[in-house]
Amino acid sequence: MHSRKPFYILVALLFIAGITASVYRGIEHSVPFFPGKQVQSWAIDAKVSFQGTGEPSEVSFSLPEDPAYEVLVENATSPGYGLTITNNKYDRRAIWSIRSATGQQDLYYKVTLIPTGQEQLLAKGEPEAPTPYMWPATESAAATQATEEVWAKSATNLSFAQQLNKELNANERSQNIELLLTGNSPNKLFMRMLHNKGIPAQEVSGLFLEDQRRRQQLTTFVEVYNDGEWHLFDPVKGTQGRPENLLLWDRSGTSVLDVIGGVNSQVNFSMLQDTRSALATAIDVMKNDNALDFSLYQLPLEEQSLFKGILLIPIGVLMVVFLRVLIGIKTSGTFMPVLIALAFIQTTLITGLVGFLLIVAFGLMIRSYLSELNLLLISRISAVIIVVIGIIGLFTLISYKFGLSEGLTITFFPMIILAWTIERMSILWEEEGAKEVVIQGGGSLFVATLAYLAMSATWVQHWVFNFLGIHLVILALVLLMGQYTGYRLLELKRFKPLAGE
Amino acid sequence: MFLANPSALKRGGVLGMNKRNIDYIGRYNPRKYYKRVDDKLTTKQLALANNIAVPDLIGTVSEQHGINDIPAMVNDTVGFVIKPSKGSGGKGILVVTKVENGRYYKPNGQEVTPSEVYRHVSNVLSGLFSLGGNPDVAIVEGLIQFDPVFDGYSYEGVPDIRLIVFKGFPIMGMIRLSTAASDGKANLHQGAVGVGVDIATGKGLHAVQFDKPIDLHPDTQKKLTDIQVPHWDMLLHTASKAYEMSELGYLGTDMVLDKYKGPLLLELNARPGLAIQIANGCGILANLRHVEQMPNHNMSVEERVAYAKIHFSANR
Repeated sequence: MHSRKPFYILVALLFIAGITASVYRGIEHSVPFFPGKQVQSWAIDAKVSFQGTGEPSEVSFSLPEDPAYEVLVENATSPGYGLTITNNKYDRRAIWSIRSATGQQDLYYKVTLIPTGQEQLLAKGEPEAPTPYMWPATESAAATQATEEVWAKSATNLSFAQQLNKELNANERSQNIELLLTGNSPNKLFMRMLHNKGIPAQEVSGLFLEDQRRRQQLTTFVEVYNDGEWHLFDPVKGTQGRPENLLLWDRSGTSVLDVIGGVNSQVNFSMLQDTRSALATAIDVMKNDNALDFSLYQLPLEEQSLFKGILLIPIGVLMVVFLRVLIGIKTSGTFMPVLIALAFIQTTLITGLVGFLLIVAFGLMIRSYLSELNLLLISRISAVIIVVIGIIGLFTLISYKFGLSEGLTITFFPMIILAWTIERMSILWEEEGAKEVVIQGGGSLFVATLAYLAMSATWVQHWVFNFLGIHLVILALVLLMGQYTGYRLLELKRFKPLAGE
Repeated sequence: MFLANPSALKRGGVLGMNKRNIDYIGRYNPRKYYKRVDDKLTTKQLALANNIAVPDLIGTVSEQHGINDIPAMVNDTVGFVIKPSKGSGGKGILVVTKVENGRYYKPNGQEVTPSEVYRHVSNVLSGLFSLGGNPDVAIVEGLIQFDPVFDGYSYEGVPDIRLIVFKGFPIMGMIRLSTAASDGKANLHQGAVGVGVDIATGKGLHAVQFDKPIDLHPDTQKKLTDIQVPHWDMLLHTASKAYEMSELGYLGTDMVLDKYKGPLLLELNARPGLAIQIANGCGILANLRHVEQMPNHNMSVEERVAYAKIHFSANR
């Protein structure tokens, strides 16, 4: 007997690959693990307005780039303007340009954002060392003294910034700080003192997201670099960290809005919160990232819904393997229960069961007449198929006349399968009696019902279509069960007399 | 308790369906030899070539129009049996015990009309009873004049003797007796009684119907464990010989006792069922393992039978 090792390695690999692929799907592409999950999204309108002077105008506007939010859709409306979106090392900017602008000009930028949950601001690389600020002679001594005092109380760049922030907002500030604050805004003072110690820090603009807010302005913060990460400070309020619902709009350290050839420029934000399906959102994001290249989502909708049905079959098959190998239930026709279960999905369970029993019962009656005729098997089954179609047509018509729309779904039953079922049941009836027909038919319907229940669960349907890795896990399970040499559950009952006293 | 404890079954050496399929049928029965046993006509020809007695072959029908030849074939016989060559589980067997003026009668006295015979054979040829529904051949066999030694033990049918042969060693046996419930058939799942018999002596050990132990035959009320199979050595030899003939390691042999011809090989089975364990009241695994662990399998039929009688007897 050859080694089973490669087999178990294969099964383990399938299992690991399936789980990994599914988890990757869920985390990397934020495909929700449970169906019906909703996510919040924010629709933000930025309105840039300025007075044209009749000269050529160029408007450069910084666009949001925040790891905590992902851009789902963005567009700009600006009739008559040329628009380019640049993406340089520091930030993304929209640049509107026009040969001549006169009077009030309004440019709009709309963006839909979804939270990513990534609150940290990781640095893309080591930032350049800042140039130290040259204090005016009047402030120089106070600045040096104040900086050294705080420096002495700190251990790292971060704790220096924290201490400094505390100092700037203390109830009783030192005289040095009071003096410096008269000539410098808190943000500027904070940054300058950090820069003098060689700590990278820059001013950033953030937008507080509030549902249905209009005419919102940007708020400035200072971010300080420490160990590969940027930390947000608000030296005006003396707080540290990212406030809730803050979107960082501009992190370039330069201006948010630059207007050449215009005066009185300003930017206003209005925003709206929205809930949308997490799954649809994840697919939209993948579409934006061009991650759809090898995925079922890029198929036309019709093929997608077809695949949603096909991908349920492995679940039904798994169910049949489990019930036959581990439990030991007998069915008539190995995978017929899966096909019946697929029909149940279209008809719903009760309608399906009633319809199946009606068709088979009527079919058996007609088959008993056909058996008197001594036909060849092939033509007898062909006759049964035609009769089954007739029965289905008749039931559909009757239920339509009585206004029972459930009856109309009966057409989803696979007719050839039904005809064979009727034929086998009829032979079984002749050879072994009605009892055996009930046992085997009941077993098949029981397995079909269980398979239906497994296949119709919404989370199962969600998983088999959105996490294709799960099919590798099913394959691994089927292979493993194919190796099971233990007793079947029903054998424990059957062999009960042999179990000893 | 309703269910047996799996570890108790394991201790008792009970072979389960999954283990049978994977560890015995899958390992010891090469696929290419299956047709030797799945096709009863082939089995019959092989048996004749190996000097194993089988029921008379009256004729075969392989075309629809050939059905019309049947009356001529069976005209001079006492009775006949029509069976599908590739049937399984006793399906599609038509037994006629009396032929009288061109009219046929079943064992229970019911008449079989020519159109019923026609339809039955037509079904057989269309593959209704064959594995996978492939077209089949109908075999017309002579009726077995069964040995009266089983009178009172069997109801309306031919008792048959099933032996499990593993690598040529007969390791477990039972006799299957038809009942009223089984409608004269000898299949246990249809309600026939199974009596486990001692490999050494052919004497009844333990009996079962519908997987439950019983003492008396349900129709004749005779004590089943009193049964003694005659020609026991001959039966063991025939079964053991079937190993060389079929080259299947895990084999079920079905034999009947004819009043005049003695033991006849009825059919071979590459997937014998597990009910024989219940009939014997013990698991088969111990014997299977015993044979698997034997260092030397290179024995003649006589040596194997002698070895089996010593080592696989229930009273050892």
